[in-house]
Amino acid sequence: MITSGYPDSMRELIALVEATRPERLKTSPPRMSAKEREEILREWHPDYKAGTKRPLSIGPSKGELVPHEVADLLEAYPLISPEEVDLSQIDYDVDVLIIGGGGAGTVAALWAYYEGIKPERILIATKLRWGDSNSIMAQGGIQAADRPEDSPAIHYLDIMGGGHYTNKPELVRALVTDGPMIIKWHESLGVMYDKNPDGSFVEKHGGGTSRMRMHSAKDYTGMEIMRALRDEARNIGIPVVEFAPAVELLMDDRGQVAGAILFNLETSQYLVVRAKATVLATGGFGRLHIQGFPTTNHYGATADGLVLAYRVGAKLRDMDAVQYHPTGVAYPEALVGQLVTEKVRGMGAMPVNRHGEAFVYPLEPRDVESAAFIRECYGRGNGVETPTGMRGVWLDSPMIEELHGPGTIKRELAAMWRMFNRFGIDMAKEPILVFPTLHYQNGGVEIDEHGWTGVPGLFAGGEVEGGVHGKNRLMGNSLLDYNVFGRRAGISAARHAKVAKLGKLSLEHIVAYSKMLAEAGINNDRKAPLLLPEYRGERALARSLKIRI
Amino acid sequence: MADREAVEQEERTSLAEELGVRIYIMGKEYRVPAGLTIMKAMEYAGYKFIRGAGCRAGFCGACGTVYRKEGEYKLRFAVACQKLVEDGMFLVQLPFAPAPRVSYDLEKLRPTENVLLKLYPELARCVACNTCTKACPQEIPVMDYIQAALRGDIKRVAELSFDCIQCGLCSMRCPADIKHYHVAQLARRLYGRYLAPKAEHLAQRVAEIEAGRFDEELDRLTRMGKEELSKLYEARQIEEGVGV
Repeated sequence: MITSGYPDSMRELIALVEATRPERLKTSPPRMSAKEREEILREWHPDYKAGTKRPLSIGPSKGELVPHEVADLLEAYPLISPEEVDLSQIDYDVDVLIIGGGGAGTVAALWAYYEGIKPERILIATKLRWGDSNSIMAQGGIQAADRPEDSPAIHYLDIMGGGHYTNKPELVRALVTDGPMIIKWHESLGVMYDKNPDGSFVEKHGGGTSRMRMHSAKDYTGMEIMRALRDEARNIGIPVVEFAPAVELLMDDRGQVAGAILFNLETSQYLVVRAKATVLATGGFGRLHIQGFPTTNHYGATADGLVLAYRVGAKLRDMDAVQYHPTGVAYPEALVGQLVTEKVRGMGAMPVNRHGEAFVYPLEPRDVESAAFIRECYGRGNGVETPTGMRGVWLDSPMIEELHGPGTIKRELAAMWRMFNRFGIDMAKEPILVFPTLHYQNGGVEIDEHGWTGVPGLFAGGEVEGGVHGKNRLMGNSLLDYNVFGRRAGISAARHAKVAKLGKLSLEHIVAYSKMLAEAGINNDRKAPLLLPEYRGERALARSLKIRI
Repeated sequence: MADREAVEQEERTSLAEELGVRIYIMGKEYRVPAGLTIMKAMEYAGYKFIRGAGCRAGFCGACGTVYRKEGEYKLRFAVACQKLVEDGMFLVQLPFAPAPRVSYDLEKLRPTENVLLKLYPELARCVACNTCTKACPQEIPVMDYIQAALRGDIKRVAELSFDCIQCGLCSMRCPADIKHYHVAQLARRLYGRYLAPKAEHLAQRVAEIEAGRFDEELDRLTRMGKEELSKLYEARQIEEGVGV
């Protein structure tokens, strides 16, 4: 088994990539027409594959198509029953509860505080550690229309076209209008964005953008923003309880969301949180491995928030659209599915097939680019096969060094260079092999422009909510989304908490939900939320016993 | 009978070949296939992570791991999600570092020469042993930025430490009890807030938005249906730039 560098079979093909590079540096395939984009999506995008979705049989979005993996969780019974928990013993009594300790949750906490809620009246509850999230893994950048050549209106148009005009207009408007203010806030928090000597931002293109508006911090953009936000929240002293996912929302007898039941993963104890307002910031569903795809997502991305919100009556939208990032690692095997940032293409690297030919405009919107890669590998037989039988296309990263000078990759794509170098591949000299990977939950819990879910007392921000991106998100709009809607949800929650009056705490809604499941004929053999995916080896699991210790 | 024994023997042999790597998780031997990361190998062996797994892609620092290889005197460091298992690896994860940070108000601090030393006086205990650098799974020159911190060179600390994933392994090894990654976080925020030049075009754009300069255009766009929008979308002028 090869554990370092490329095998000979792949090296031979790299020679073909090198042979065509000088020509390809001069020209690029054209952008597709609207008709071509529609056709390739219909034929090759996984969202269009038959038999992968079903209509929800119960609940507020009954009848809407969602992937089977999502339906399995929504059509599942609660992990707890009301008899098991004593709601008269309150462990945390707060104004604002934030469920999720990634970007959206941290931003919501900060803005709830700026809005006048005392730190000790806020609680962040998170399943893993504070900051363990997709937010910290984002690499390429964050969009904001702040250059004179650009405008929020142009940003709006890019987003609507990229999302196939399915986005919720008022959410898109909020996103593009708040964008520059968010970057300015980050600047004041000391986020080290890439800048030119005069202080202007270094801004690049992403897939589907018509202006260069991608702000970055090398290829550690998400990490740099997340660690600054978390550091600021630590300075303020916002309380956080880690390794304590919410397993159910609490309601009161007036039909308001009134907190949550947390579950201490390490001691198996439950905790009762009473809150005047609750913000859902639980992120997305990558770890459900929709259609068996590998994923770029962090360990805890298991759609818990969707399940909790659905049970209290929140609507979902655009859940039929899944984002597959065009460039997941296809080799080496140990890294399969991990993200290769779109910034690699933004800086000039071109997708190339096994014959060394360019076959697609490098920066189509993500769904189109992914569909083109899949067609190249499985429709035209032009993919490169790895020793384990995985197929992929080359991403000709050495072009970046040709275009911007030697050393650029190690400097500006430090995370990518480090990742491949650990496995014996120098992407400044050799192309890398990529294939689409499950990346983002395009849809989610429906919200209005204030981050309100429509259920009294429940707000949402970040990947858990839907509508901002319609059926397809553009690069750099997820970091912006969690900031814009984390902020709006935090502010709305704070304002709500100041006037809310809570009644008696209750878990009646999960009793009603279970009844609805039973009436729909759904067997009581599936439970949700999932909390963590199962990756233990088959051999180990086959001998696992459920003995209490 | 003999045939069955032969088959069983063959199965055992092929299993031993398939599980060709011996790793010792906290001293206990497990056999796993080659080509797995430490994280996936532990899962293969039957571990279900609560701590010690986060982003699974080298960005979050949740899976800091220390190991020694059989017959080697040297302690080595890795993040479990980015390191392949090797035969004879004795390993343990360090998913938490007890390294308290100092709270501060960024708006009241200034990027003065002594500010890092003032908040983290133990910096002065650095004996320049370079153990921190050797412990860094990101191969950051940790000691060099600590020396820069002692000189009050905030910019240098910020730049050298930029790729830090805050796993805390440096601080767990330091004989002087320095909290390197907290010092670095402070330096980066001071640099970004006070020393990096401000973006004037950004301030202008925020002012324009606040003054309502784009409201009318956005009013019009948000009222448009798919047909009108798609005409505008297809007619967009794409700005020239690298990658396009």
